[in-house]
Amino acid sequence: MNLDIHDKKIPIIKIRDFLIVSIQVDMHDKLAVQLQSQILHEIERTGAKGVLIDISVLEMVDSFIGRMLSGMASMAAIMDAAVVIVGMQPAVAITLVELGLEMPGVDTALDMEKGMEMLEKKLREKES
Amino acid sequence: MQEIISDNNWNKLGIYPIVDEHDIVKVRSIVRQHAKDFRMGIVEQTRITTAISELLRNMYNYANGGDVVIESGQVEEHNALIITCIDKGPGIEDVELAMSDGYTSGMGMGYGLPGAKRLVDKFEIYSKPQKGTTVRIMKWK
Repeated sequence: MNLDIHDKKIPIIKIRDFLIVSIQVDMHDKLAVQLQSQILHEIERTGAKGVLIDISVLEMVDSFIGRMLSGMASMAAIMDAAVVIVGMQPAVAITLVELGLEMPGVDTALDMEKGMEMLEKKLREKES
Repeated sequence: MQEIISDNNWNKLGIYPIVDEHDIVKVRSIVRQHAKDFRMGIVEQTRITTAISELLRNMYNYANGGDVVIESGQVEEHNALIITCIDKGPGIEDVELAMSDGYTSGMGMGYGLPGAKRLVDKFEIYSKPQKGTTVRIMKWK
């Protein structure tokens, strides 16, 4: 499933039980909101148990995008899917904290691989 | 609250209207480019880009857009990147309240003003109800 914004696309790919979302564009607010609802729809449609969101390309996360990400984590949790955000640049993390934004309930990992391990571990814990 | 004054000796780098959401994305990246040209480090670039993003969102959501002026010049013995956001919106009734942490307007987006202030070296705001709001942020080189 692709989200068209002019000629830019944010693909949502399903691999096994997980959705992989790699944000490759500088998002404006409407696109962020669309992405949020798109991911939730894909969780419902595919029954995915986890979502991996790669933001390594994002050069900036402001209060709106930050809130969108933490909101999505809470909404996905209600739908029984875990969200892990990976690849946040150090400068982005510093700025988010200085901005005063808290992202409760958001799990983060350094990169895709570690994020995937985290999701698999969560899934195993839930099943056992 | 003091009116915001400009220095004629500042170097005008550009003026950009904010009309739709794509202008926000565009101006955000122009600001980052200026910060890069200013040889700011990556964290400083991210701080000023994030601060301007908060201001542009306010301008777009509450004032139906406005203009952004980017300048460079000497301020308080610093070589500064100066960005001024000017709108003709409804203005802010209580600037002190809007500048206080945790304040959120009814739209649930938060004002982002105190956060933006923390990310820059100098922050000025002037607002007149029914006339509009001017916010100026500066970052030292």
